[in-house]
Amino acid sequence: MISKLRAFGAFWYDFVIGDDWRVAVGVALAFAVTYLLSRNTSAPVWWIVPVAVVILLPLSIHRVTRRSTS
Amino acid sequence: MSGSALFIAVFLACIVEAVEALTIVLAAGTARDWRSAITGLFAGLLTLAVIIAALGPAVSSIPLGGLRLFVGGLLLVFGLQWLRKAILRASGNKALHDEALIFETQLAAAGQVQAERRGLVADWYAFTLSFKGVVLEGLEVAFIALTFGSNQHDIPLAATAAVAAVLVVTVVGLAVRAPLARVPENSMKFVVGIMLTAFGMFWGAEGAGAHWPGSDAALLVLIPAIGLYALAMVALFRSKPVSAQPVPAAIAASASSTTTASPQRAANS
Repeated sequence: MISKLRAFGAFWYDFVIGDDWRVAVGVALAFAVTYLLSRNTSAPVWWIVPVAVVILLPLSIHRVTRRSTS
Repeated sequence: MSGSALFIAVFLACIVEAVEALTIVLAAGTARDWRSAITGLFAGLLTLAVIIAALGPAVSSIPLGGLRLFVGGLLLVFGLQWLRKAILRASGNKALHDEALIFETQLAAAGQVQAERRGLVADWYAFTLSFKGVVLEGLEVAFIALTFGSNQHDIPLAATAAVAAVLVVTVVGLAVRAPLARVPENSMKFVVGIMLTAFGMFWGAEGAGAHWPGSDAALLVLIPAIGLYALAMVALFRSKPVSAQPVPAAIAASASSTTTASPQRAANS
Protein backbone atom coordinates (compact mmCIF):
# COMPACT_ATOMS: atom_id res chain seq x y z
CA MET A 1 0.00 0.00 0.00
CA ILE A 2 2.78 2.41 1.01
CA SER A 3 4.69 1.65 -2.18
CA LYS A 4 1.57 2.30 -4.27
CA LEU A 5 1.02 5.64 -2.53
CA ARG A 6 4.67 6.48 -3.08
CA ALA A 7 4.37 5.57 -6.76
CA PHE A 8 1.22 7.70 -7.02
CA GLY A 9 3.01 10.65 -5.42
CA ALA A 10 6.04 10.14 -7.66
CA PHE A 11 3.77 10.09 -10.71
CA TRP A 12 2.22 13.46 -9.87
CA TYR A 13 5.56 14.94 -8.85
CA ASP A 14 6.95 13.95 -12.25
CA PHE A 15 3.84 15.17 -13.98
CA VAL A 16 3.82 18.64 -12.45
CA ILE A 17 7.42 19.33 -11.50
CA GLY A 18 9.27 17.32 -14.14
CA ASP A 19 12.96 16.61 -13.88
CA ASP A 20 14.16 20.01 -12.71
CA TRP A 21 12.46 21.09 -9.50
CA ARG A 22 14.43 24.34 -9.47
CA VAL A 23 12.44 25.58 -12.48
CA ALA A 24 9.16 24.95 -10.67
CA VAL A 25 10.46 26.67 -7.53
CA GLY A 26 11.74 29.61 -9.59
CA VAL A 27 8.39 29.99 -11.34
CA ALA A 28 6.52 29.84 -8.02
CA LEU A 29 8.84 32.46 -6.52
CA ALA A 30 8.41 34.76 -9.52
CA PHE A 31 4.63 34.60 -9.23
CA ALA A 32 4.79 35.10 -5.45
CA VAL A 33 6.95 38.23 -5.84
CA THR A 34 4.64 39.51 -8.59
CA TYR A 35 1.62 38.97 -6.36
CA LEU A 36 3.18 40.63 -3.31
CA LEU A 37 4.45 43.66 -5.23
CA SER A 38 1.20 44.11 -7.12
CA ARG A 39 -0.65 44.20 -3.81
CA ASN A 40 1.71 46.60 -2.08
CA THR A 41 2.98 48.96 -4.77
CA SER A 42 1.65 50.72 -7.82
CA ALA A 43 4.82 50.01 -9.80
CA PRO A 44 4.53 47.83 -12.92
CA VAL A 45 5.26 44.20 -12.05
CA TRP A 46 4.64 42.43 -15.39
CA TRP A 47 8.40 42.17 -16.09
CA ILE A 48 9.18 39.91 -13.10
CA VAL A 49 8.01 36.64 -14.66
CA PRO A 50 9.77 37.26 -18.03
CA VAL A 51 13.00 38.08 -16.17
CA ALA A 52 12.63 34.86 -14.18
CA VAL A 53 12.20 32.88 -17.41
CA VAL A 54 15.23 34.56 -18.97
CA ILE A 55 17.29 33.42 -15.95
CA LEU A 56 15.75 29.99 -15.31
CA LEU A 57 15.89 28.57 -18.84
CA PRO A 58 19.65 28.85 -19.49
CA LEU A 59 20.43 27.76 -15.92
CA SER A 60 18.34 24.62 -16.37
CA ILE A 61 19.93 23.85 -19.75
CA HIS A 62 23.39 24.51 -18.35
CA ARG A 63 22.83 22.00 -15.56
CA VAL A 64 22.02 19.28 -18.13
CA THR A 65 24.92 20.08 -20.48
CA ARG A 66 27.37 20.30 -17.56
CA ARG A 67 26.18 16.90 -16.30
CA SER A 68 26.56 15.31 -19.74
CA THR A 69 30.05 16.68 -20.30
CA SER A 70 31.41 15.83 -16.83
CA MET B 1 -5.25 36.04 -31.90
CA SER B 2 -5.95 34.16 -28.68
CA GLY B 3 -8.47 31.82 -30.28
CA SER B 4 -6.21 30.82 -33.14
CA ALA B 5 -3.19 30.59 -30.85
CA LEU B 6 -5.21 28.38 -28.51
CA PHE B 7 -6.17 26.13 -31.43
CA ILE B 8 -2.61 25.92 -32.79
CA ALA B 9 -1.03 25.20 -29.40
CA VAL B 10 -3.50 22.45 -28.49
CA PHE B 11 -3.48 21.00 -32.02
CA LEU B 12 0.31 20.80 -32.22
CA ALA B 13 0.67 19.39 -28.70
CA CYS B 14 -1.97 16.77 -29.51
CA ILE B 15 -0.37 15.85 -32.84
CA VAL B 16 2.97 15.28 -31.15
CA GLU B 17 1.57 13.10 -28.38
CA ALA B 18 -0.83 11.26 -30.70
CA VAL B 19 2.05 10.34 -33.02
CA GLU B 20 3.95 8.93 -30.04
CA ALA B 21 0.93 7.02 -28.79
CA LEU B 22 0.32 5.67 -32.30
CA THR B 23 3.87 4.30 -32.46
CA ILE B 24 3.30 2.42 -29.20
CA VAL B 25 -0.07 1.02 -30.26
CA LEU B 26 1.35 -0.02 -33.64
CA ALA B 27 4.26 -1.77 -31.93
CA ALA B 28 1.93 -3.56 -29.50
CA GLY B 29 -0.37 -4.64 -32.32
CA THR B 30 2.32 -5.63 -34.80
CA ALA B 31 4.53 -7.55 -32.40
CA ARG B 32 1.81 -9.00 -30.18
CA ASP B 33 -1.92 -9.03 -30.71
CA TRP B 34 -4.00 -6.41 -32.52
CA ARG B 35 -7.22 -7.05 -30.62
CA SER B 36 -5.52 -6.62 -27.24
CA ALA B 37 -3.64 -3.53 -28.44
CA ILE B 38 -6.84 -1.91 -29.72
CA THR B 39 -8.68 -2.83 -26.52
CA GLY B 40 -5.86 -1.10 -24.62
CA LEU B 41 -6.17 1.92 -26.91
CA PHE B 42 -9.90 2.30 -26.23
CA ALA B 43 -9.46 1.64 -22.51
CA GLY B 44 -6.82 4.38 -22.46
CA LEU B 45 -9.06 6.83 -24.32
CA LEU B 46 -11.92 6.02 -21.93
CA THR B 47 -9.66 6.66 -18.92
CA LEU B 48 -8.61 10.02 -20.38
CA ALA B 49 -12.24 10.95 -21.02
CA VAL B 50 -13.13 10.15 -17.39
CA ILE B 51 -10.21 12.24 -16.10
CA ILE B 52 -11.21 15.19 -18.30
CA ALA B 53 -14.88 14.88 -17.32
CA ALA B 54 -13.90 14.87 -13.64
CA LEU B 55 -11.36 17.69 -13.81
CA GLY B 56 -13.16 19.94 -16.32
CA PRO B 57 -15.89 21.22 -14.02
CA ALA B 58 -13.41 21.51 -11.12
CA VAL B 59 -11.03 23.68 -13.14
CA SER B 60 -13.87 25.76 -14.57
CA SER B 61 -15.23 26.53 -11.08
CA ILE B 62 -12.03 28.27 -9.93
CA PRO B 63 -12.39 32.10 -9.94
CA LEU B 64 -10.67 33.74 -12.95
CA GLY B 65 -7.79 35.35 -11.04
CA GLY B 66 -6.91 32.17 -9.18
CA LEU B 67 -7.47 30.10 -12.30
CA ARG B 68 -5.04 32.22 -14.32
CA LEU B 69 -2.40 32.03 -11.61
CA PHE B 70 -2.80 28.26 -11.18
CA VAL B 71 -3.08 27.49 -14.88
CA GLY B 72 -0.40 29.99 -15.85
CA GLY B 73 2.01 28.47 -13.33
CA LEU B 74 1.29 24.96 -14.56
CA LEU B 75 1.62 25.92 -18.24
CA LEU B 76 4.82 27.84 -17.58
CA VAL B 77 6.42 24.87 -15.79
CA PHE B 78 5.27 22.52 -18.58
CA GLY B 79 6.37 25.00 -21.24
CA LEU B 80 9.84 25.48 -19.79
CA GLN B 81 10.30 21.70 -19.63
CA TRP B 82 9.22 21.26 -23.26
CA LEU B 83 11.37 24.18 -24.35
CA ARG B 84 14.42 23.01 -22.43
CA LYS B 85 14.28 19.56 -24.03
CA ALA B 86 13.64 21.09 -27.46
CA ILE B 87 16.67 23.37 -27.06
CA LEU B 88 18.81 20.46 -25.86
CA ARG B 89 17.79 18.48 -28.96
CA ALA B 90 18.23 21.35 -31.39
CA SER B 91 21.64 22.18 -29.93
CA GLY B 92 22.84 18.58 -30.22
CA ASN B 93 22.95 17.90 -26.47
CA LYS B 94 20.17 15.33 -26.59
CA ALA B 95 19.23 12.73 -29.17
CA LEU B 96 16.50 13.75 -31.60
CA HIS B 97 13.20 11.97 -31.22
CA ASP B 98 13.05 9.22 -33.86
CA GLU B 99 9.71 7.41 -34.19
CA ALA B 100 11.05 4.75 -36.59
CA LEU B 101 13.84 3.81 -34.19
CA ILE B 102 11.48 3.80 -31.21
CA PHE B 103 9.12 1.55 -33.15
CA GLU B 104 11.89 -0.95 -33.90
CA THR B 105 13.03 -0.96 -30.28
CA GLN B 106 9.51 -1.50 -29.04
CA LEU B 107 8.92 -4.30 -31.53
CA ALA B 108 12.05 -6.07 -30.30
CA ALA B 109 11.15 -5.59 -26.64
CA ALA B 110 7.53 -6.65 -27.14
CA GLY B 111 8.57 -9.83 -28.92
CA GLN B 112 10.52 -11.06 -25.91
CA VAL B 113 7.63 -11.35 -23.47
CA GLN B 114 5.40 -14.43 -23.11
CA ALA B 115 1.73 -13.95 -23.90
CA GLU B 116 -0.58 -14.10 -20.87
CA ARG B 117 -4.39 -14.12 -21.00
CA ARG B 118 -6.27 -12.14 -18.33
CA GLY B 119 -10.07 -12.13 -18.48
CA LEU B 120 -11.24 -10.96 -21.88
CA VAL B 121 -7.78 -9.77 -22.88
CA ALA B 122 -5.89 -12.35 -24.92
CA ASP B 123 -2.49 -10.68 -24.51
CA TRP B 124 -2.09 -8.68 -21.31
CA TYR B 125 1.30 -7.26 -22.33
CA ALA B 126 -0.07 -5.82 -25.58
CA PHE B 127 -3.05 -4.40 -23.70
CA THR B 128 -0.99 -2.70 -20.98
CA LEU B 129 1.61 -1.41 -23.44
CA SER B 130 -1.10 0.17 -25.55
CA PHE B 131 -3.13 1.40 -22.55
CA LYS B 132 -0.22 3.02 -20.75
CA GLY B 133 1.05 4.53 -23.98
CA VAL B 134 -2.26 6.22 -24.66
CA VAL B 135 -2.85 7.38 -21.08
CA LEU B 136 0.67 8.66 -20.45
CA GLU B 137 0.99 10.40 -23.80
CA GLY B 138 -2.52 11.78 -23.55
CA LEU B 139 -2.62 13.00 -19.98
CA GLU B 140 -0.49 16.07 -20.40
CA VAL B 141 -2.27 17.04 -23.59
CA ALA B 142 -5.58 16.65 -21.77
CA PHE B 143 -4.31 19.07 -19.13
CA ILE B 144 -3.08 21.51 -21.75
CA ALA B 145 -6.39 21.43 -23.64
CA LEU B 146 -8.39 21.76 -20.43
CA THR B 147 -6.36 24.61 -18.97
CA PHE B 148 -6.09 26.54 -22.25
CA GLY B 149 -9.77 26.06 -22.93
CA SER B 150 -11.00 27.04 -19.47
CA ASN B 151 -8.76 30.10 -19.36
CA GLN B 152 -9.97 31.30 -22.73
CA HIS B 153 -13.57 30.34 -21.85
CA ASP B 154 -13.52 28.18 -24.95
CA ILE B 155 -13.22 24.54 -23.95
CA PRO B 156 -15.14 23.48 -27.12
CA LEU B 157 -12.43 25.07 -29.31
CA ALA B 158 -9.66 23.35 -27.32
CA ALA B 159 -11.55 20.05 -27.51
CA THR B 160 -12.06 20.50 -31.26
CA ALA B 161 -8.34 21.08 -31.73
CA ALA B 162 -7.51 17.99 -29.65
CA VAL B 163 -10.02 15.74 -31.42
CA ALA B 164 -8.95 17.05 -34.86
CA ALA B 165 -5.32 16.24 -34.09
CA VAL B 166 -6.12 12.74 -32.86
CA LEU B 167 -8.31 12.10 -35.92
CA VAL B 168 -5.63 13.32 -38.35
CA VAL B 169 -2.99 11.09 -36.75
CA THR B 170 -5.36 8.10 -36.55
CA VAL B 171 -6.44 8.38 -40.20
CA VAL B 172 -2.90 8.87 -41.48
CA GLY B 173 -1.62 6.13 -39.18
CA LEU B 174 -4.25 3.67 -40.42
CA ALA B 175 -3.46 4.62 -44.02
CA VAL B 176 0.29 4.10 -43.80
CA ARG B 177 0.26 1.45 -41.03
CA ALA B 178 3.68 2.58 -39.89
CA PRO B 179 5.07 5.03 -37.37
CA LEU B 180 4.72 8.60 -38.60
CA ALA B 181 8.43 9.24 -38.73
CA ARG B 182 8.06 12.12 -41.18
CA VAL B 183 6.08 14.28 -38.78
CA PRO B 184 8.51 17.02 -37.71
CA GLU B 185 8.02 16.22 -34.03
CA ASN B 186 11.15 17.95 -32.79
CA SER B 187 10.22 21.23 -34.45
CA MET B 188 6.62 20.94 -33.28
CA LYS B 189 7.75 20.39 -29.71
CA PHE B 190 9.85 23.53 -30.00
CA VAL B 191 6.82 25.54 -31.11
CA VAL B 192 4.58 24.05 -28.42
CA GLY B 193 7.20 24.83 -25.77
CA ILE B 194 7.28 28.47 -26.92
CA MET B 195 3.47 28.74 -26.90
CA LEU B 196 3.07 27.13 -23.47
CA THR B 197 5.79 29.34 -22.01
CA ALA B 198 4.29 32.51 -23.50
CA PHE B 199 0.72 31.78 -22.38
CA GLY B 200 1.93 30.55 -18.99
CA MET B 201 3.82 33.79 -18.42
CA PHE B 202 0.95 35.92 -19.64
CA TRP B 203 -1.87 34.29 -17.68
CA GLY B 204 0.19 33.54 -14.59
CA ALA B 205 1.43 37.12 -14.24
CA GLU B 206 -2.11 38.45 -14.82
CA GLY B 207 -3.43 36.08 -12.19
CA ALA B 208 -0.77 37.36 -9.79
CA GLY B 209 -1.98 40.92 -10.31
CA ALA B 210 0.26 42.20 -13.12
CA HIS B 211 -1.06 44.29 -16.01
CA TRP B 212 0.67 43.66 -19.30
CA PRO B 213 1.45 46.68 -21.48
CA GLY B 214 -0.96 46.51 -24.40
CA SER B 215 -3.08 43.90 -22.64
CA ASP B 216 -3.66 40.85 -24.91
CA ALA B 217 -1.42 42.36 -27.59
CA ALA B 218 1.51 41.65 -25.28
CA LEU B 219 1.28 38.05 -26.49
CA LEU B 220 2.23 39.25 -29.96
CA VAL B 221 5.54 40.36 -28.47
CA LEU B 222 5.97 37.55 -25.94
CA ILE B 223 5.65 34.64 -28.42
CA PRO B 224 8.29 35.83 -30.93
CA ALA B 225 10.53 37.10 -28.12
CA ILE B 226 10.55 33.68 -26.45
CA GLY B 227 11.12 32.05 -29.83
CA LEU B 228 14.14 34.26 -30.51
CA TYR B 229 15.47 33.71 -27.00
CA ALA B 230 15.12 29.94 -27.42
CA LEU B 231 16.99 30.09 -30.75
CA ALA B 232 19.72 32.10 -29.02
CA MET B 233 19.92 29.35 -26.39
CA VAL B 234 20.31 26.77 -29.16
CA ALA B 235 23.24 28.73 -30.58
CA LEU B 236 24.74 29.27 -27.14
CA PHE B 237 24.63 25.62 -26.09
CA ARG B 238 25.35 24.11 -29.52
CA SER B 239 27.34 20.91 -29.32
CA LYS B 240 28.13 17.85 -31.46
CA PRO B 241 24.90 16.06 -32.50
CA VAL B 242 23.89 13.10 -30.38
CA SER B 243 22.80 10.04 -32.36
CA ALA B 244 19.10 9.22 -32.05
CA GLN B 245 18.29 6.92 -29.19
CA PRO B 246 14.76 5.92 -28.39
CA VAL B 247 13.31 6.68 -25.01
CA PRO B 248 10.23 4.51 -25.12
CA ALA B 249 8.33 5.80 -22.16
CA ALA B 250 5.48 3.36 -22.33
CA ILE B 251 7.88 0.44 -22.62
CA ALA B 252 9.59 1.62 -19.49
CA ALA B 253 6.19 2.04 -17.91
CA SER B 254 5.09 -1.40 -18.97
CA ALA B 255 8.29 -3.02 -17.84
CA SER B 256 7.75 -1.52 -14.42
CA SER B 257 5.10 -2.86 -12.10
CA THR B 258 4.54 0.60 -10.65
CA THR B 259 3.12 3.69 -12.31
CA THR B 260 6.10 5.91 -11.78
CA ALA B 261 6.74 6.58 -15.46
CA SER B 262 6.84 10.28 -15.97
CA PRO B 263 4.26 11.92 -18.18
CA GLN B 264 6.49 14.95 -18.15
CA ARG B 265 8.81 12.73 -20.10
CA ALA B 266 6.01 12.27 -22.58
CA ALA B 267 6.46 15.87 -23.42
CA ASN B 268 10.11 15.41 -23.21
CA SER B 269 10.72 12.07 -24.83
